[in-house]
Amino acid sequence: MAKKILRCTVNGRQIELAVAPNQTLVQVLRDELNLTGTKVGCDMGTCGCCTVHINGKAKLSCLTLALECQGAQITTIEGLNQYELHPLQKAFAEKGGSQCGFCTPGFIMKSAALLAENPAPSREEIAAGLSGNLCRCTGYVKIYDAVEQAAQEMQRAEAPAPAPART
Amino acid sequence: MPHAPNAGQTTNNHQLNRGVWGAAGAPAQVPFNTVGQRVPLKDAFRKVTGEGIYADDMRLPGMLHARILRSTHAHARIRSIDTRAAEALPGVRAVITGAESDRRFGVLPVSEDETALATDKAIYVGDPVAAVAADSEEIAAQAIWLIEVDYEPLPEFLKPQDSLKQVPPEHQLHDKVDKGHPGTNVHKAVDQEFGDVQGAFKQAACIVNGEFKFDGITHAPTEPHAVLAHWDADDRLNLFTPQQVPHYTHKALSKVLDLPMHRIQVIRTMVGGGFGGKSDPFQHEMVVAMLSRRTRRPVKLTMDREEIFLTGRGRHPTEGKLAMAFGADGKLLGLDSDIIIDGGAFASFGVVSTYYNGVLSNGPYLLPAFRYKGRRIYSNRIPSGAMRGHGSVNPRYCTETLVDMAAVKLGLDPCELRLRNFLQPNTLTPFHKFRITSNGVREALLEAMKRSDWKNKWGKLPYGHGIGVGCSFFISGSALPIHWNKLPQSTVHLKIDFDGGVTVHSMAADIGQGSDTVLAQCVAEVLGVKLDRVHVKSQASDMAPVDLGSYSSRVTFMAGNAARDAAEKARALLADAAAKLTGQPAQYFDFVDEQLICRSKPHIRVSFMDALHEAHSGRGALAVSGCYQSPPLGTEFKGSNAGLSPSYSFSAFICELKVDPDTGIVTPIKVWAAHDCGRALNPLSVEGQIEGSVHMGLGQALTEQMRYRGGQLLNANLLDYKIPMTVDTPEIEAIAIESVDPEGPFGAKEAGEGALAPIIPAVGNAIYDAIGVRMFEVPMTPERILRAIEAKKREQTK
Repeated sequence: MAKKILRCTVNGRQIELAVAPNQTLVQVLRDELNLTGTKVGCDMGTCGCCTVHINGKAKLSCLTLALECQGAQITTIEGLNQYELHPLQKAFAEKGGSQCGFCTPGFIMKSAALLAENPAPSREEIAAGLSGNLCRCTGYVKIYDAVEQAAQEMQRAEAPAPAPART
Repeated sequence: MPHAPNAGQTTNNHQLNRGVWGAAGAPAQVPFNTVGQRVPLKDAFRKVTGEGIYADDMRLPGMLHARILRSTHAHARIRSIDTRAAEALPGVRAVITGAESDRRFGVLPVSEDETALATDKAIYVGDPVAAVAADSEEIAAQAIWLIEVDYEPLPEFLKPQDSLKQVPPEHQLHDKVDKGHPGTNVHKAVDQEFGDVQGAFKQAACIVNGEFKFDGITHAPTEPHAVLAHWDADDRLNLFTPQQVPHYTHKALSKVLDLPMHRIQVIRTMVGGGFGGKSDPFQHEMVVAMLSRRTRRPVKLTMDREEIFLTGRGRHPTEGKLAMAFGADGKLLGLDSDIIIDGGAFASFGVVSTYYNGVLSNGPYLLPAFRYKGRRIYSNRIPSGAMRGHGSVNPRYCTETLVDMAAVKLGLDPCELRLRNFLQPNTLTPFHKFRITSNGVREALLEAMKRSDWKNKWGKLPYGHGIGVGCSFFISGSALPIHWNKLPQSTVHLKIDFDGGVTVHSMAADIGQGSDTVLAQCVAEVLGVKLDRVHVKSQASDMAPVDLGSYSSRVTFMAGNAARDAAEKARALLADAAAKLTGQPAQYFDFVDEQLICRSKPHIRVSFMDALHEAHSGRGALAVSGCYQSPPLGTEFKGSNAGLSPSYSFSAFICELKVDPDTGIVTPIKVWAAHDCGRALNPLSVEGQIEGSVHMGLGQALTEQMRYRGGQLLNANLLDYKIPMTVDTPEIEAIAIESVDPEGPFGAKEAGEGALAPIIPAVGNAIYDAIGVRMFEVPMTPERILRAIEAKKREQTK
């Protein structure tokens, strides 16, 4: 299939790339841009490991064709920490929300989108918000702990000034 | 072979814990530095940032991609394979079939029955038949469908009873079967009888029995199996693989490729979940190594989700007929157990599984008479193997259900009946001589009862709302070596160079359970240094000594003790240096907060770095080696090694749930999970292990099942294979019971596996409390619950 040019922004960096029409976003992120923090657990939209932000919304990058992202702002786990850890990253590490770590980037990206919409979710709201993400290790308990801690920290902190981008 | 039950006190001759410190150290009751602290995993920050490298994240220059062609038949002779069209496809660099190698391998040397690719016949749907290496994954995927395989179908063995029968040799799945069952598809038979079983059932005041059935389940780690092989210019093979047991893969590669072990380096990449599913040496590891040997280029293979299901090694589908006898006082008198486990296509860990399904019923209760007839059969299904709680989980459901039934019959509180029968600490089990040292099961059950308000709930909740209990015990590291040799079970090298960094080299595999962190804690504790000074290198076999890996819940106990042993040797050298600098006796120095402090004159102190540089003078970097070998254990009958462990963990769980009698849907409300882990070296990890075990066990209890049509798995994806998601998972209260084991490192024992088994019977028993029906089939799906309710109604109207 003839390739087309994809122009978009990934973690603040301008991307211009020849992409086949059947290439998924996660393939482009991992194989073309070497952003391997986004994981592929099932490649069919059932595990949530590949969650990224497209224009601020959490999306499954295995079910998104790359060329759908023309002009879009994309953020991956690597773009969440610009110079310092995002409160969610810190909390997932400190609270034991990550064991084997394979689902963690997806959970963190989904949680970040959740907290953007609802900065102080209840435990039930966190569970509902994360219900599309599968974790085989933690039983989710410490993931809830992490999201709660991050929510509190983010509410306490002033909104940080946007830092220069890195990819 | 009857043995007299003499479960008496034992003197413990193998006290590794010489107090909390070694001979060169301080008194036993110094407060801990890092042990017992809630510390984030050593690699947590790499995981939360996406920096951690899993196998599929690896890319090497010139790398090729592989795909495997898998059998579409459950049982078929392979008449011929035509690879010409695949080879002709542009971009294809190598195509291999079973002709590449007929060398057999398998995790247990006693039952090596796998080849890299099927040689003469395919024995399950998914059996690897051929493989391709190509310039891209797409080309490789296209190429495997150009391979023509001519199959001649053979009779399929899909029911355990069929595999017990005599068949012509061409219908046997493997040429080697159980010695007592020639000409069948019985892989392993175990028959054990101890004590007076007949007498126990004759004198019993209460006999309970049941016929149980369990569907197979699978590990389903979120990370797909992936492997990268590089046969490099130095003529060495480097294999990057997410292995729980890199050493056994190392041995198998050497055998299959006919290459000395020193010309192979196995590098464990980050493991995205194992649970036993990444502990066999695998066919795909051999295949990719062979493709790299052919092409002399790096070759990577990443499985799709269906292939992960097909690769299997999950919990055996199980059928069991069990009976238990109790006295009028509620004392357990005997167990009679007859279990068939479906091993699927390969042996895997199956010999061990067959033993474990029986012998691990000799606890957590004192069992004075025991009969076990165990059969593991080969079938044309996905191979079964070791999964979290290996061999203990399904039989535990049976016995814990029967104990509950006995309590009802005897009019006793089920917790009370359990409390009357628990094994005592510091005893031997009567027949297998399992040496029970620390044992916190009583404390665990009492704590779970207290926190759950058991006494006010059990038998008192309204219809449809119930509470149930389950107890268990598990090995804390198998003392039985898989390969009989004189190697210690764990060796740890420790190096302290001029920069003051403490590097721990070990092949204990961190699979997310946090073993690197535990090793670092053990070392930091002995040396009195901060955790960030300690670096654990546990990935590359060139860089680390042999460890038997992450299975049988052995790492904290065995590698932890080896790390501690190494650290104590380094500590002695540092204490000598401090003595030289100060003129005080070496044994007077305490190691606290990165200082060596003279106990009798606390104003005399030497910093860790000063002591280190003094110790370096004239000798170079400190490099020491520590090891662990379990003490002689057990007794002498054939098979008596199975189930031996230097220590055992215990657990007692209580589950509260609701059952909708109209739909059969079970909604767990809360689980109180008390687990005796000896000492929680890192409580954050211990809780995480308990919570994860409860979650995985709830999956098996309620929703997870491998569903087949003939030999074809119907639900090889994460949508139809139902693992509990956030909204399906109840509140879990993890309770660490610290019995302080005499031989575990700082008193620790396992927490990763034993905590799975009790949740399943706790659910079953809670369903009985809620709606009065006994569940003999697992998972306890809505359909099965409705059928049980119907059956009960029919019985009542009779």
